Amino acid sequence: MAESSAAVRGGAGVEYPTDNYLTHTQGLRSWLFTLDHKRIGVMYLVSVLASFFLGGVLALLIRTELLTPRQTIMGADTYNIIFTLHGAIMIFLFIIPGTPGSLGNFVLPMMLGAKDVAFPRLNLASYYMWVIGAIFALVAIVMGGVDTGWTFYTPYSTTTNTAVIPVVLGIFIIGFSSIFTGINFIVTIHKLRAPGMGWFQMPLMLWGLYATSIIQVLATPVLGITLLLLIAERVLQVGIFSPAYGGDPVLFQHFFWFYSHPAVYIMILPAMGIISEVIPVFSHKHIFGYKAIAYSSIAIAVISFLVWGHHMFVSGMSNMASAIFSALTFAVAIPSAVKVFNWVATMYKGSISLATPMCYALGFLFLFAIGGLTGLFLGSLAVDVHLTDTYFIVAHFHYVMFGGAVMALMAGIHYWWPKITGRMYNERLGQIACLLIFIGFNATFFPQFVAGSQGMPRRYFNYPERFTDYNVFSTIGSYLLGLGFLLVAAYLIHSLFRGRPAPANPWGGATLEWSTPSPPPPENFEEEPVLGDHYDPYDYRGLVYDPRIGGYVQQHPH
Amino acid sequence: MAEQVKLPNEGVYAGVEIRGHEVGHIVPVRVLIGVWLALVVLTAVTVSVTWVDLGGALNLWVAMGIATIKATLVLLYFMHLRYDHPVNAIFFIFALFFVALFIGGILTDVQQPQYQSELIRGYAPEMNR
Amino acid sequence: MSDAEAQPPQPPTPHMHEDPHENAYLAHHFDTPQQQFESGKLGMWMFLATEVLLFSGLFCVYAVYRASHPEVFEWAHRFLNVTLGGINTMVLITSSLAMAWAVRAAQLGQQRLLAICLSLTLLGGFSFLGIKYIEYKNKWEEGLLWAGKYKPTAEALEHLNATGHGEAAELGVATTDASSAAGHGGAVASAPAAAVTASAPAPVVIDGVKVEHSQIAPAPPGPQGMRLVERAGLLHLMPERAPRELWIFFSIYFLMTGLHALHVIAGLGAISWVLARSLKGQFGPAYYTPVDLVGLYWHLVDVVWIFLFPLLYLIH
Repeated sequence: MAESSAAVRGGAGVEYPTDNYLTHTQGLRSWLFTLDHKRIGVMYLVSVLASFFLGGVLALLIRTELLTPRQTIMGADTYNIIFTLHGAIMIFLFIIPGTPGSLGNFVLPMMLGAKDVAFPRLNLASYYMWVIGAIFALVAIVMGGVDTGWTFYTPYSTTTNTAVIPVVLGIFIIGFSSIFTGINFIVTIHKLRAPGMGWFQMPLMLWGLYATSIIQVLATPVLGITLLLLIAERVLQVGIFSPAYGGDPVLFQHFFWFYSHPAVYIMILPAMGIISEVIPVFSHKHIFGYKAIAYSSIAIAVISFLVWGHHMFVSGMSNMASAIFSALTFAVAIPSAVKVFNWVATMYKGSISLATPMCYALGFLFLFAIGGLTGLFLGSLAVDVHLTDTYFIVAHFHYVMFGGAVMALMAGIHYWWPKITGRMYNERLGQIACLLIFIGFNATFFPQFVAGSQGMPRRYFNYPERFTDYNVFSTIGSYLLGLGFLLVAAYLIHSLFRGRPAPANPWGGATLEWSTPSPPPPENFEEEPVLGDHYDPYDYRGLVYDPRIGGYVQQHPH
Repeated sequence: MAEQVKLPNEGVYAGVEIRGHEVGHIVPVRVLIGVWLALVVLTAVTVSVTWVDLGGALNLWVAMGIATIKATLVLLYFMHLRYDHPVNAIFFIFALFFVALFIGGILTDVQQPQYQSELIRGYAPEMNR
Repeated sequence: MSDAEAQPPQPPTPHMHEDPHENAYLAHHFDTPQQQFESGKLGMWMFLATEVLLFSGLFCVYAVYRASHPEVFEWAHRFLNVTLGGINTMVLITSSLAMAWAVRAAQLGQQRLLAICLSLTLLGGFSFLGIKYIEYKNKWEEGLLWAGKYKPTAEALEHLNATGHGEAAELGVATTDASSAAGHGGAVASAPAAAVTASAPAPVVIDGVKVEHSQIAPAPPGPQGMRLVERAGLLHLMPERAPRELWIFFSIYFLMTGLHALHVIAGLGAISWVLARSLKGQFGPAYYTPVDLVGLYWHLVDVVWIFLFPLLYLIH
């Protein structure tokens, strides 16, 4: 197979391949107008990480304000704007497009053995739609921000004087970027699999991305029409959601959550895909229960559309609908639990190496389990009535979105970093930063479970004295968390310049992207991959570590 | 390798000889015209049926039924769904299933007697007085 | 394309494909034209699915408000011109036919016919918008607009109340106060939303028939006259005057037809682009994907209208 070429090149150490996708063409224009999925993936990566940084700074401002029970650094109105921007930026600019746009774009065609995604121009358009949406968001910040919360509930969003329209328009445009990526991935997976790759020979990352894309394609248009109606409500007063004209604000919540609950799974499904790649590779053991993981991705995608009402238990929804949505909410936990079981079973008796991606994957398992199980508390009607709009909710969804989606994104970035950049980062610093982030995260959000269960409400800039200890602890944790990410940024940027050249297969992965040099050539493979009759992306037999090149080589092709 | 494969489209259409390279199904003219005539007739039927009182919500269902037939005709013949790779139809039907879920889910809730949009603070039907 | 028959169309096998550039339209990452064509179609169908879900939001709004305010819909739809709506339906169906025929012409390489069919499609689209403009203009002049701009003129209201009569057998005037209001027009615009709701119905007995129905609460500015109409053997209480929140219907009418009209405009742009390319002779049996995909979009716009027409114009 093609792996041998890497071994030959790396006879004594590894040379950085001179003609790769990064160096093939030069200049700013070659990046701005590129149709190469790898370059678009890199542009997405840089952009979403910049959004993550901005959202993170806002988060630290929020935590700093909450250091004391009274006003610390900002007033109530500013605080409303800051937490709204934090939520909107993190969700719409970072997590939703994050993993599919960056890592998904980079690895999806390579894992399929294809030269590119099905529609490269659409792919570039998707990126620029994201950019335009982000510009609208920045314009809104310049115009004084928006203070509705990221959910834009009516009637407040139709009456507030802040810059609702630019933000909503920006998110509407970003919706196109999401839809374009989704369409592209679905068609690519359907039509561009390498000859010999059946559906069940696909890496599980692709099942995760496929399920994500289904949600992106089917749910995002509903957000689109919801936001259009909200804009129409503000500009024309159409009386659909605005009670001033006989409209129904609960209807807005139905519309909004029909998108935004599945959107939670847009965030977590690609993360689950990454974890399904990282855990078997670093356990050096075949994935356990391939089909169960694959089918559970699709099951999550479908069931995610059936549970939106659990965000509305106290909004005036009818008792019958509440009961149905509560019951269905428990159902969506099943496929997630199936996955966690399979990941743990994969590690069982594996030969686990605690490289940085694996550290993040283990952190994911731990945090996602907490986030998921607390979700079940909230899915129960009676408990939810007590916990709604408290910090328990805040802690729960941060455990899922940060502990789940972001930890997995970090695992993925570290896992594919050698492939993307052709450089190795400092392993020791990676492990330290991972530990720092893990501890910082728990210190930030675990106290919020306790404070929330005792009744501390969310979205206030001050709080009763008795919650002070929890909040001080939480704020210190958030600084630790910020420090961890600064360390990550430092050693990753350092690796770009000083990192040792990466071998084709540094971790011993068997998926196709590890069979091509790091960084890959412009068309991904030096020769088109031909898969044997029994291709298996999790078959690690025959992959042997070669200390001379610091990576794995295929010894006996089979 | 150079095996001759007969394509479904091969033959002579409207005096043009077609062979080999093109893809996709060519719909005969009489099918196009036939579908168009059916659509026109069904439009006339759906307008005239409003003059008859069928009682209850039956008028609505008849109108929706006729519209569904019309849409199906367009989808199957004008949009080639009948001749395409089945995955296109599957996806479209899948999407319709989610439309049903969306509208059905919301409608069931909104029609329950306990449904209270008034619970929202700021909801003020009397605001205009 | 004389050597084309040597190529089996399916399945796409890369190494059969000797020279990827024999078809100038084949992108580098596809192996066969068949693969490229099917990918484009699948992508377009996914996009159409998103369009369906986009419109489903408005259909949902329609369903929710029609279920909660049936009387508004029964009254207000009379303001729409069924003749114009019907003509527009025919126009759109016919332009769909022209579009489908254009795809056929492209597949067969009939360049002249292709240009003619595309032009006819464009003509249909512009006619549709023209008729829509007349309808919008009428509504604008009558002040029958969405909630924020709903200020019906006196004539419009008179017309509305007139059309309400004589449709079904009028049995008599029941309930509330028969003093039907003068000075009605101004009140309509500012009436509270919940004026017409079922509130504690007391059964009404008329000519020995116990009538069970939802009582329509008297509205503050002046009680409304009600009348009983017989429909399918059941008695219905209908407000004699137009219900107050007619704006709900017109909001929904303008949102649905407006979003649809935006799609018609987008479709006209796309068809013009395809027409321009067809005039340069860029389409033929070997490559006609843009014609096909734009056609799919146009047909979807037609399908949406097929549902809008009965829902908005043909309420019984």
